[in-house]
Amino acid sequence: MRILVVGGGTGGTILANNLARRLSAEIRARKVRLTMLSASDKHMYQPGLLYVAFGQMTPDQLYRDQASLLEASIDFHVDPVEQFLLDQKQVRTQSGKIHEYDILVIATGSRIVPEEVPGLVEGAETFYTEASAVKMFKRLREFEGGKVAVVVGVPHKCPIAPVEVMFSLHDYFKSRGIRDKVTMKYHYPIGRIHTIENVAKWAKPEFDRMGIEYETLFNVKEVDVKNKIVKSEEDTETHYDLLIAIPPHRGMEVIEKNNLGQGGWIPTDRYKLTMNGHDNVYVLGDTTNLPVSKTGSAAHFEAEVVSENIASIIKIGTPVRDYDGKVYCFIEAGHDRATYAMFNYLNPPNLKPPSKPMHWFKMAYNQMYWTSVRGLL
Amino acid sequence: MSESKIIDARDTFCPGPLMELITHMKQANVGDTLELLSTDEGSGADVPEWVHKVGHEIVSNEKVEGVWHIKIRKAK
Repeated sequence: MRILVVGGGTGGTILANNLARRLSAEIRARKVRLTMLSASDKHMYQPGLLYVAFGQMTPDQLYRDQASLLEASIDFHVDPVEQFLLDQKQVRTQSGKIHEYDILVIATGSRIVPEEVPGLVEGAETFYTEASAVKMFKRLREFEGGKVAVVVGVPHKCPIAPVEVMFSLHDYFKSRGIRDKVTMKYHYPIGRIHTIENVAKWAKPEFDRMGIEYETLFNVKEVDVKNKIVKSEEDTETHYDLLIAIPPHRGMEVIEKNNLGQGGWIPTDRYKLTMNGHDNVYVLGDTTNLPVSKTGSAAHFEAEVVSENIASIIKIGTPVRDYDGKVYCFIEAGHDRATYAMFNYLNPPNLKPPSKPMHWFKMAYNQMYWTSVRGLL
Repeated sequence: MSESKIIDARDTFCPGPLMELITHMKQANVGDTLELLSTDEGSGADVPEWVHKVGHEIVSNEKVEGVWHIKIRKAK
């Protein structure tokens, strides 16, 4: 049995490590072969980028060598897939190599596409890449006052990030003693300030307390960089001195080029996590087209389900459980308080008041991630 | 008449039905009709509010056995 994992992010890595342990006897007996193909020899802890943007972490703290995170029995190659030949149960990589499989897991993730909004690349700061997060921090340090506008593209990874960045901006300007010289305005695509109703209900009085203005039903259409104006699809506009964007995302180009899914999102069964029409192909994390948060947390819980099911298919001939839509997201409520949102397909999150211990737990998790991604936590 | 594309946003809290609709509207062509399925009680009002504000068109909006079926035509 040949299992091929394409993608070495959170979902792919947790799944591969989990499978390597569950199937250690079968791998030793050469009945199972587990291979991972990734585009990079490095693994990035992406939630750390928000801290980089506020000078609380440096980029080098976000990386580990991918090989160091993987069980020794995983056959790991830095050789990204260029062609998916699903009918032949093969993939072709950048180096020209063909990998055959019996079970394929696609966990290639997503990418930012700020260029889809005219003016956004030139006019806005963001923190979704290492370079942009460093640039945003330098810009924040130089900022002495004025109007900060935050806009949110759709779809986007880490749905909690828009409110987190507002709380962090508030605390950052306060710590520099210039909060009274800064006005902050938040713009959100739907009719309340967060897509999760309970998060919106909790965040609204926090925004009011912090003096953060907000405009809802604002989908960013274009940025007039020269005049520093951001315009919405809904025909409204906001002037800014500093614009910060949660950029829109797409799935990876290789998914679109291979016609596996519109926008780079692969049509996926929400419970089995198999690609529609392909029972031997699983899809994880951002790569799915599911109405589930694009976060490492969703990828983590999905990876646990898929690894358990693949292992049980090999051992007893049948999968054992469904994915229930579970997501757990920390919510930084500033620089020293945090809360969390835990939910699944059927049960909404019930937010607790932010606390310092929850913030410290998040700080600890920033390190514990490396244990988590090894499939140990 | 072409079939409308179904967006199954039942039983989802995040990103939620309207955010799902916005994602799919960006990918659709002008003239396409999308049908949003939602179990979010607020969708019956929230979705038309956005659709009207942005200038698209509500084709139909009905609740069948606890599920909102909202058809929207992309107008621009």
